Amino acid sequence: MFIINCPYCGEREQSEFKAGGEAHIVRPKQPTELSDDQWAEYLFMRKNIKGIQFERWIHTHGCRKWFNVVRDTSNDVIKAVYKMGEKPPTK
Amino acid sequence: MTKNLRVKTSKFIDETYKVSFKFNGKTYYGYKGDTLASALLANDIHLVGRSFKYHRPRGIMTAGSEEPNAIVQLHSDTSRTEPNVRATEIEIYEGLEASSQNCWPSVNFDIGGINNLLSPVLPAGFYYKTFMWPASFWEKYEYFIRKSAGLGKSPTEPDPDIYEHKYYHCDVLVVGAGISGIMAAKTAAKNGFKTLLVDEKSYLGGSTIYQNSEHFKINNQTSSSWLDKEINEIKKIENLEIKIRTSVAAFHGYNFLLARENLTDHLPLNQRNNKIRQRLLKIRAKKVITATGSLERPLIFDNNDRPGILLSSAVEKYANFFGVACGEKNVLFTNNDSAYETAISLIQRGINIEAIIDNREEIDSSLIKETEKNNIKIFKGYTVVDTFGYKRINKISIMQLSKDGQKVIGAKKSISCDCLGISGGWTPAVHLFTQSGGKLKFRNEDQVFIPDVYSSDQISIGSCNGDFTLDEILSNTPQILKEFLNLKETNYENLEVKSSFNKSKRNIWLLPSDKVIGKTKPFVDYQNDATAKDIKLALREGFRSIEHVKRYTTTGMGTDQGKLGNMHALGIISETAGSKMGELGTTTFRPPYTPLTFGTIVGRNVGEYFDIFRKTPIHEWHVQNKAEFENVGQWKRAWYYPKNGESMHDAVQRESKAARDNAGILDASTLGKIDIQGTDASEFLNRVYTNAWSKLAIGKCRYGLMLNEDGMVYDDGVTTRLDENHYIMTTTTGGAATVLGKLEDYLQTEWPELDVYLTSVTDHYATVSVCGPNSKKIVSQVIPDLDFSDENFPHMSFKNAKIGEIKCRVMRISFTGEHSYEINIQANYGKSVWEKCMEIGKEFNITPYGTETMHLLRAEKGFIIVGQDTDATMTPIDLQMDWIVSKKKYDFIGKRSLYRSDTIKEDRKQLVGLLTENPDEVLEEGAQIVADIKKSPIEMLGHVTSSYYSPNLKKSIALGVVRGGKNMMGQKLIIPMENKQINVTVADPVFFDKENKRLNA
Ligand SMILES: [Zn+2]
Repeated sequence: MFIINCPYCGEREQSEFKAGGEAHIVRPKQPTELSDDQWAEYLFMRKNIKGIQFERWIHTHGCRKWFNVVRDTSNDVIKAVYKMGEKPPTK
Repeated sequence: MTKNLRVKTSKFIDETYKVSFKFNGKTYYGYKGDTLASALLANDIHLVGRSFKYHRPRGIMTAGSEEPNAIVQLHSDTSRTEPNVRATEIEIYEGLEASSQNCWPSVNFDIGGINNLLSPVLPAGFYYKTFMWPASFWEKYEYFIRKSAGLGKSPTEPDPDIYEHKYYHCDVLVVGAGISGIMAAKTAAKNGFKTLLVDEKSYLGGSTIYQNSEHFKINNQTSSSWLDKEINEIKKIENLEIKIRTSVAAFHGYNFLLARENLTDHLPLNQRNNKIRQRLLKIRAKKVITATGSLERPLIFDNNDRPGILLSSAVEKYANFFGVACGEKNVLFTNNDSAYETAISLIQRGINIEAIIDNREEIDSSLIKETEKNNIKIFKGYTVVDTFGYKRINKISIMQLSKDGQKVIGAKKSISCDCLGISGGWTPAVHLFTQSGGKLKFRNEDQVFIPDVYSSDQISIGSCNGDFTLDEILSNTPQILKEFLNLKETNYENLEVKSSFNKSKRNIWLLPSDKVIGKTKPFVDYQNDATAKDIKLALREGFRSIEHVKRYTTTGMGTDQGKLGNMHALGIISETAGSKMGELGTTTFRPPYTPLTFGTIVGRNVGEYFDIFRKTPIHEWHVQNKAEFENVGQWKRAWYYPKNGESMHDAVQRESKAARDNAGILDASTLGKIDIQGTDASEFLNRVYTNAWSKLAIGKCRYGLMLNEDGMVYDDGVTTRLDENHYIMTTTTGGAATVLGKLEDYLQTEWPELDVYLTSVTDHYATVSVCGPNSKKIVSQVIPDLDFSDENFPHMSFKNAKIGEIKCRVMRISFTGEHSYEINIQANYGKSVWEKCMEIGKEFNITPYGTETMHLLRAEKGFIIVGQDTDATMTPIDLQMDWIVSKKKYDFIGKRSLYRSDTIKEDRKQLVGLLTENPDEVLEEGAQIVADIKKSPIEMLGHVTSSYYSPNLKKSIALGVVRGGKNMMGQKLIIPMENKQINVTVADPVFFDKENKRLNA
């Protein structure tokens, strides 16, 4: 069980959070103009990386805020956390 | 008459405290401080169990938690009986009762022993190869396998003991209280770290504490007396907590560890009442120091499993710590110097040694010299090739090893013995290190895996780090600690250490024999009866990965997880396959290190505390009125109210009829309620529901359907506009939390520009729903000040009102198709409002109804239940609810998915009504729906989702999903059941009051 540093509350046990999948997948502004393939790309396609992954978490049993986490999925080491709307760290 | 093999008690055994216990029904005596194993050995009992597959007689092999053979059934009563307890760990107490496992009728005469004679036909993978075909026979095989396999019996009654969980936070956790662990704990605590020291044993000091020999000295004291003083000192340190009988089961990431603290298992039965038996510690440590020591390796040779064969270190511990001789004619067999430590301990205590067999030819150390001085015959360059004695070893054969160690040469010699101590060197206990994600490296000199790369802030010290000798431990440990804890110095600089141990070792994974391998039984995994022969067979059959060989041969899959033999399995694989040990890797060490009881795992979460349950404010009334309850999510909901011993069916029929004939009352408090406020609230609803919301007038209610982005129905409910920028949304009972989460997700991540605030108010309101033709008469008396005329208060509208001084919200909405009202009031007034409705309703024949009747009534109307009639593959179009999907709105969640090539297919499963040919026949929910039963395989068209007997229509009604069902109106279909076929006709899903006249009745 890892510890996540909520950008609003600080360090808390993983059991207070829920994972929300890959981050930075923007909902298309004009879905009606997309082809089936383009829409499917948004809807279904996820990277599922072994290694550094950008992902979304929500502090369900806390501030209920969504935020982003950079996690190494091979060893669960969290490299960074940042708020929604903020730029992802570059290194 | 059993012999007494107690040679001399030690300071760890209290000779003044005699303890009686029973083993296999017979009473024996031991002393306080004994384990079951040491007490049995003192009574000259080695045979304690039978092996798993061949039912071979097995004895005590070790003196610790790595024991593969001496596992017993503890307690005889049906609630406390416990299988697989290691006799080498359980401390004896007055009244202990233990018995052998895996044998019938007794350990001395066991019918399953026939498997041993059959062993040539029971090779590796036997179960896989034999019992898989024909598949239809599996049930018959299983019965016999389950009967003859399996270790021990489970209790049949609930566990009466108390267990608990406890969180523990510390700066430094030290696992293992051997010499290096003691040094680490003292160093950490003295330097201000809040420290926890745990050890699985009942005492501190590991194996050094009974190392009482002139050959091992620290600062001119014997190593044991030096360590004794250290232990006395650390007991006084304030910020150091010491927990014995505490075994770390798991080492997870981020230094999160689980440990089981055993609190009462060593106490006499009458001292255990009302005490916590075991505690699961959930430890979060800033830094972890692993000092888990090492396990002695056995040697792999033919028939190396007979009772009386023990690890050499165990023979030493039984002599030094417990004062027990494991035999009167002892032989030691070794490839390294450890056995000579044992020899000297035995000599000191006057225990006879017949001979020592040493694989090595050239050996020279002060330990060996002293052994020779005592006239003990050492066979140098020899190996044991066979052993004899069925229930106890009585003889061994030895032969000389060839120079390369691949063959045996010369003449065979026999030595009679009643105990054989074996030592194949040491394996660092790296289980916890690898569990935590650490990477091992292989050290060629002595063929061991040691920690290499750490995954968190932790360090390994002592023999689990590959430092096996006293001088290595004492010189390396302080250095490692200084660096790890960032200290300038420790108390352990410049110690004067005398360690006579010579590190030379002749490692041969599988010792050669004069027989061909097929004729031998060199056991690698004792508990699961996996031999070197099995491993070689697996390799011959093409298995290469260590994980596959493990599963095929079951090596390392017992309750001991192969702590003794895993390294040999690796060694034999690498030798046979010609690969390098370091490259082969190891099998995964999985938690728990030693088995945990279920009690420890669940702690206090048993019975009514198993899961949280939520009760509505009206719950007590339902209980008093004998409602049966159903679980909906975590809620307890009134299911139906049986009267005078009514069956469920009769109660539901009565309630359903009453609700339509007169009036019904339902506790709807569990529906999810989300308060939505903000200037963009209307826009937000527009985006999350499929229908349009901007034009909903203040004071009006609207039903909404929520989709996932993939177009599938996610939730539904009525939302009311309370004010210009204020709505209250209701969700399904089970979906409340996930709907809120989903809405928050969109607000926070996709549409942060919207000014909308969401608050869950589910628990803040009680909801009383009154329906039926008499509902208006009742509710208008409950709230006399409110104008209930249809003009003022039409269907799908809401009013603020007051009951006495208490504010409430009244919605005129209906899930039954009847004229009905929902009163929402502050939760703590819920029960009194309900009781008031009941009191006033009496003269109007009001009838309370539960969730089952609610489901029946809505099915009559063809209203869906999300999660029952839908299953995350149904779009609103599939549900024939096209009317609720706005064509005008540019976008809403899931809109684009409604015209993907897959979702517009005509032959998707669609919701339809089903009427049975025989109106009294009620379909089974979940039953398959087909059109043609002659075609093979029969094509499945769909299934029944909801089915009831309608008392109001006096016939059976059902909803189901059918492929292309929308265009099958009136068509006949078949429901094939086990003994019959039921003919049905596809119908409109709205069965009752199609014109909705009753809403305004
Ligand atoms: Zn938070």
